[in-house]
Amino acid sequence: MSILDVRNLVAGYEPGLSIVKGASIHAAEGEIVVILGPNGAGKSSLIKAIAGLVPITGGQILLDGQDITATPAHLMIRRGLAFVPQTENIFPLMTVEENLRVSGGVLPRSEVAPRIDEMFQTFPDLARQRGLMAGSLSGGQRQMLAVARALMVRPRVLMLDEPSAGLSPKLVAQVFARLADIRQAGLTIVLVEQNARAALAIGDRAYVLVEGREAHEGAASSLWDDPIIAELYLGHRKEAS
Amino acid sequence: MSLQFLLDGLIAGSMIGLGAIGVTLTYSILRFSNFAHGDFMAWGAYGALVVVGLIGGSLPLAPLSFGLPLILAMAVAMGLTALLALALDWLLFARLRARGQSIIVVMASFGASMALRNLLEFLFTSSPTYYSRAIQIAQPIGMGIRITADQVALLLMTLALVTGMHLFMQRSQRGREMRAYSQNPALARVVGIDVDRVVRATWIIGAALACAAGVMVGILVQIRPLMGLDLLLPIFAAAILGGIGSVPGAVLGGLIIGLSEAAAVQFVGAEWRAAVAFMILMAVLLVRPMGLFGVAER
Amino acid sequence: MIDLLGYGAFFLSTALIFGLITLGLNLQWGLTGLFNVGIAGFVAIGAYTSAILTSPDTPDRVGGFDWPILGGWLAAAVLTAAAAGFTGYATLRLKSDYLAITTFGVAVVVQLVALNATGLTGGPFGVAFIPRPFAGVQDQPVLFNLVNLGVIAAVTLACYLALQVLSRSPWGRVLRALREDERAAVALGKSVQSYRIQAFAVGGAVMGLAGAVQAHFIGFIAPNTYLPTLTFQIWAMLMVGGSGSNRGAILGAIVVWAIWVGSGWVSAAVVPPDLQARAASLQIVAIGVMLCLILLWRPQGFFAPRRVRK
Repeated sequence: MSILDVRNLVAGYEPGLSIVKGASIHAAEGEIVVILGPNGAGKSSLIKAIAGLVPITGGQILLDGQDITATPAHLMIRRGLAFVPQTENIFPLMTVEENLRVSGGVLPRSEVAPRIDEMFQTFPDLARQRGLMAGSLSGGQRQMLAVARALMVRPRVLMLDEPSAGLSPKLVAQVFARLADIRQAGLTIVLVEQNARAALAIGDRAYVLVEGREAHEGAASSLWDDPIIAELYLGHRKEAS
Repeated sequence: MSLQFLLDGLIAGSMIGLGAIGVTLTYSILRFSNFAHGDFMAWGAYGALVVVGLIGGSLPLAPLSFGLPLILAMAVAMGLTALLALALDWLLFARLRARGQSIIVVMASFGASMALRNLLEFLFTSSPTYYSRAIQIAQPIGMGIRITADQVALLLMTLALVTGMHLFMQRSQRGREMRAYSQNPALARVVGIDVDRVVRATWIIGAALACAAGVMVGILVQIRPLMGLDLLLPIFAAAILGGIGSVPGAVLGGLIIGLSEAAAVQFVGAEWRAAVAFMILMAVLLVRPMGLFGVAER
Repeated sequence: MIDLLGYGAFFLSTALIFGLITLGLNLQWGLTGLFNVGIAGFVAIGAYTSAILTSPDTPDRVGGFDWPILGGWLAAAVLTAAAAGFTGYATLRLKSDYLAITTFGVAVVVQLVALNATGLTGGPFGVAFIPRPFAGVQDQPVLFNLVNLGVIAAVTLACYLALQVLSRSPWGRVLRALREDERAAVALGKSVQSYRIQAFAVGGAVMGLAGAVQAHFIGFIAPNTYLPTLTFQIWAMLMVGGSGSNRGAILGAIVVWAIWVGSGWVSAAVVPPDLQARAASLQIVAIGVMLCLILLWRPQGFFAPRRVRK
């Protein structure tokens, strides 16, 4: 039973110019689903559309059976859907702690402080920096904060847009190890990635998106081994760092 | 040499600062310079005048020139001014904002400002009026400075309002949401912040503070339809000097301009007062456009 | 009948002067997208410049330069262009709101200087005895009005034609491009700053010229002539006429001035004398509301040629 079910989604910024052209993906509870594809395929637009940030002109999105196609972006978190954008994913002029606190707005007030402490336990590095301005953090730490922020309200589904972007290979490994960790708690993760190797290493299933729709679907491990797919869409020849 | 100008500057700075907070919040959250903000001050002052007239009786709390009725009237007027701001947003600004070009919203605020100001003139004529005709005796407090009871009370009020604002922005959830939204509107929505509530809070706070500033001017100086327009340039200059988007900056900017104006009145001449704000504005724009506490434009 | 002709000429002269100012605003806003909230200030700079240079000597005030009228007008245009250019220089690399606020400040300060620098501007009494063109026929009112109308119409026509040429020129096309899509224009290698400052300065020159023409038309000026109400009237005129269109600017000016004068008559006829001042305020409220309604419902105005895109 899928917790996230996207059916024939059509979406784009301009009415006549769809970037997502009838994509269908689904994620079962507890899975890590990876979305890959060449640049311009619409991967980012797809999850932004699910998050309510890109206008949807066709298709349907079901979250745990509920239709969220028309739900406005700020209510997604209440439905259990959290999103980590690729860039500008933290509030730079607020401290680490404030970033977490403002994200806990939908929680009952008494739960906020305990939940922040839980986040600091999961991400000890952040705990050490709790009073620092988020804008002064390094790239990797920002990414951790962005993920922690998204986890504050215990989402059912966590979507991330290229979490490895701009990070060194070592940091990428750390971030992805973390993602694998937090999945333990029954969280479903949908991951758009350019760095196919790292993503497929932790993923369960993967889609390859081409020109706005899914062109291939399969188990993550087998996708990595499929040479034709790999060459055409994952760029084995030129290693994405 | 009398240091009276220091007190005069503090008082003028308080009025300007209270107004500047609203302008800086409107700019950082709604992304436009509201030329009607001065008229919120004027409407607030007249609103309190009408309400206190309806309540009846002055019963001043000696040694102040006003009493409970005016305090109550100001509270009511703050609510009414907030309603005015929300109505104006709903009728005019929100619709134009949705279309994109923010400078059109500024233009609309300029038109609204003319209409609001002249409506006051129509309703109340352009003659100055007062909450009370009671003369206040100024008491010497040393260093050649004399202060009235009204001035003390209103300075304390300013302190309370500014402190309250600071605590609100730093400690309350809504305040955090406002700060977050001004830093990154898209991320704010992703995080679950209800933009409509943030926008409403911005107008309510800005209008309420403008009303307080207007009543302060009304008590210490006089009430007239142009009172808001006269303060508009110093208010904008204060917000820009402090760094647009920064509430402490707006207050500090207000104080600096207030003190500079008072010093100019003392040492150069009262008639040149209004030029001070403009000169400070030009200096900031030429030397450090982001102001004291501002961040570089995104 | 003759009176009507004389009055008609007077009305049209005033309307065309407004039209001239509106042409200047159209260059700044319609073509270049710059929001000038201090129009009255720039008009005043032009007016006072020409007045001071051409009017006869007066005690307590600088004067007696005895420049020819055209010289005064030229100086007015140049000085206002310089003021506008400097304002643009200070603010145009920043967000557009800053230009709005600064021009607002310029108008406030100009008003202040006009009121207080008595030795230069005559203070609250202003400058009088400003020479009129064709002063020789002053004693024949109708002829004088018609002659004045002729002069004003000629100046307005000349500026209209010049601005039309300018806006169709390569320079004008760059400005239009900057207004539509700044990034693309920058990519083409054009200095955004410099073009905008030029446009603002030229628009300012036209406004200053209009101020000078008006000063010589009326014969005397005072700080009261240049209040925010003037700025506001010009904006209403451009919005009604159609921003982006020079023809719209002039037609809008005539229409809005007609409405203004007309509503003034109505209120004078209908409203009891002691309430006249308050009725005048209501007039401005109505125009303010009209401006907001136009922005909401017909932002492109009414008189622009159909092909002009907003």
